[in-house]
Amino acid sequence: MEKNTQPVRVNHFKAFMAGSRHRIMGIFFILVAVFMRLVLTNSLDTSAMTTFATNINDTAIQIPNWTFNSRVGLDVISLLCIGLGLYEFIRGFKKATSLVLGIMGVIIVLGFLFWGASGTSISFTGMLAVMVIRAVPITIGALSGILCERAGIVNIAIEGMMISGAFAGAVIGSIWGLWPGVLAAILMGMLLALIHGVLSIKYKVDQIISGTMINILSTGLTSYLYIKFLQDAEYQHLNESGFFKPFAIPLLSKIPVIGPIFFDQNLYVYAMFILVIVLWIGLYKTRWGLRHRAMGEHPKAADTLGVNVFRTRYLACLLSGAVAGFGGSYFSLGSVGRFEQTMTAGRGFIALAAMIFGNWNPVGSLGAGFLFGFAESLTTKLSLLRFPIPAELLLMLPYVITIIVLGGVVGRSRGPAVGGTPYEKESL
Amino acid sequence: MTNTKTTGEKKNFLTIFYEELSKSSLTIIILSIISGFILGGILVILTTPEVYQAFGRSFGEGLSASWQIVAKTYSSLFIGSFGDPAKIKVAFASGDSTAINKALSPFFESLVVTTPYLFTGVAVALGFKAGLFNIGAEGQVQIGGIAAAWAGWTFSGLSPWVHVPLAFLVGAAVGGLWGLVPGWLKVKTGAHEVITTIMMNYVAYYLIYYLIASPFRDPEEVVPKTRWVLDSAKLYRFFPDFNRFHIGFFIAIAVAVVVWFILFKTTWGYEIRSVGKNPHASKYAGMNITTVTVVTMMLSGAIAGMAGANEILGVSWRQSQALASGYGFDSIALALLAQNHPLGVILTALLFGFLKSGSRVMQLNAGVPIYIINILQAFIIMFIAAPAIIRTIYRLKTPSVKEVSPSVASLSEKK
Repeated sequence: MEKNTQPVRVNHFKAFMAGSRHRIMGIFFILVAVFMRLVLTNSLDTSAMTTFATNINDTAIQIPNWTFNSRVGLDVISLLCIGLGLYEFIRGFKKATSLVLGIMGVIIVLGFLFWGASGTSISFTGMLAVMVIRAVPITIGALSGILCERAGIVNIAIEGMMISGAFAGAVIGSIWGLWPGVLAAILMGMLLALIHGVLSIKYKVDQIISGTMINILSTGLTSYLYIKFLQDAEYQHLNESGFFKPFAIPLLSKIPVIGPIFFDQNLYVYAMFILVIVLWIGLYKTRWGLRHRAMGEHPKAADTLGVNVFRTRYLACLLSGAVAGFGGSYFSLGSVGRFEQTMTAGRGFIALAAMIFGNWNPVGSLGAGFLFGFAESLTTKLSLLRFPIPAELLLMLPYVITIIVLGGVVGRSRGPAVGGTPYEKESL
Repeated sequence: MTNTKTTGEKKNFLTIFYEELSKSSLTIIILSIISGFILGGILVILTTPEVYQAFGRSFGEGLSASWQIVAKTYSSLFIGSFGDPAKIKVAFASGDSTAINKALSPFFESLVVTTPYLFTGVAVALGFKAGLFNIGAEGQVQIGGIAAAWAGWTFSGLSPWVHVPLAFLVGAAVGGLWGLVPGWLKVKTGAHEVITTIMMNYVAYYLIYYLIASPFRDPEEVVPKTRWVLDSAKLYRFFPDFNRFHIGFFIAIAVAVVVWFILFKTTWGYEIRSVGKNPHASKYAGMNITTVTVVTMMLSGAIAGMAGANEILGVSWRQSQALASGYGFDSIALALLAQNHPLGVILTALLFGFLKSGSRVMQLNAGVPIYIINILQAFIIMFIAAPAIIRTIYRLKTPSVKEVSPSVASLSEKK
């Protein structure tokens, strides 16, 4: 009797949960909402107000700061959470889940902001502007990864290419000026990408090993040269490149909120947006893009049709290196104006995560870049607020979300099919 | 080319010996290390301004200046890691035990530096054997370390015989948990472990940041640091007056031997290797890939966690923010160098440990930054991973059997 009933019940439960990751996710969303409503809202005063300051500089049109009742704000956010959770639970967002998860991350953080900043004011526009800046290296790094991986070559050397780019940019930038510095950074990235390409395409070295080797080499070499020369007072003139100043785009920068966030930034922010658009069009709307993507999905088919697999892959590698090197120069020429040891601080790896989060799509990785950028901009703001929960735990959030996304969503929709495998041309 | 020539002729012993030697992978490894050192030497010459000045005076002077700086670099590296041979000789001649201990201290300190490499190298190699790329050793080391530290001060009144293993195992368990999550996600959802372990590194990093900043903080310290572990949790030191050489080194060797035994002498180890080589075939042979993956990843994390426990209980006795030391990447390099063999890891960990330990003296004496070690490592990995380069440079024969270059489970593996 026992034996007969038991499997049926298990099967029933399994049938309910089968293929329904979205149900678990939905429950998770709802739990977050309940937590916010019960714990956060109840700990606040009914009259507490949260102010989001909207003006950071003297735009022509000043708009009033947004002031909300903290409790009402939190209520709205938890309702939104429940709504998303219910929809996710019942129908599921299917392909858009990773986007929704990203939105959820923002909502959760916003909720905490309402709570943490109740009774005070935070600069909302300033925070978003910082978010966009911080997203730059991550997004550009992710674009570099996309270029490589779409052609079937795994590139975990983005970190190494970026730190080398930062170094070359700072040194050449100090000698010959900013623009030659950018060029040097790009060439540096391409040089390392060439090593990666030769090792992984010609010598068929495991691409992860080759990437790891480039990472170790780059951190080693830049640290070595930094300690040997740049730290020395005698060579200080080699490490004072200066940096690209922000320049406002006429008219557009005058728009309140949007203006300071997007249109009053430096070269790298604009370049990021342009690169995202160019790469998206290139990959999905041109013949080159089709060939490029074919390398990652079915190189043999492309080879049969007369596309040179090796040449396309080398080109992909070099382009990827150029983009990574350019992204690396952001650290020296785009923010502090000098090189510092290990200044990329693992952004290259976050970029990898952003690439996967964005599903190997340029626009998607821009979104993921914003998420991580937002998390970083929080770091700078949280210390200013009297924040009731430990900031470190909140900073863990983007990484935890990435793990959840990887486990819950992207796990099934995979990247390029042959990523990581060297192509062997059949001999006749 | 030479093959066709010699087949008809009678080969003498030396020719056969040379041919066999040039086919062996040990030759490749040794030549890779030598080539790495040569390239490192060239880099040192290129980055020394005095050499350029000497070349400006005359070619001969330039050459001798180059030779001097390289000799100085590598000899001080040697002295830093093994101790000064002259001093050791004098000390032994005098027979004074204090002098002998002092002269031998660099050697023992190098063993101390080697120990965490042993653990993490074995951890990463074990993962590689099962086709898993555990890039998260860094986080596992750190989280294991802080867990061991917690156990080290929380349980008081225990005998060292109980407390030390307890704290050590707590570190291993938490490290194992940090490895278990990516392993479980990989089999359940297909999330690639390279990304999840990197993410777990950051989670560990911020968690430790939080723990050290508030709950575990020693209130007397200005800079956040944890409390000291109790005396009963400290690993036994052999020469406490002279150096920090402690029993952890032998624990690490034992772990390497145990992992070797499991991998090569048990059915379970056979399954791990088989899944690493060909998951599909293993599945059809009736092996449970899910269990193998999850357990291996957990074990790998646990062994990395032991490295953290070892550092806390044996060396620093507390955790401060700056434990991050690149174990994650160094251990990948040394596992590859050992071709993922646990006993080979003992040798490569000794190589890396002694290099790292000696590099401080090198920086002091020869003015060559310690990061030359990373550059050497990168070159060595490159040569090991692409034996064809070494074969071309040294004109070695290509073996008739296809060479197995080290590799990790590729990202293309389908579910």
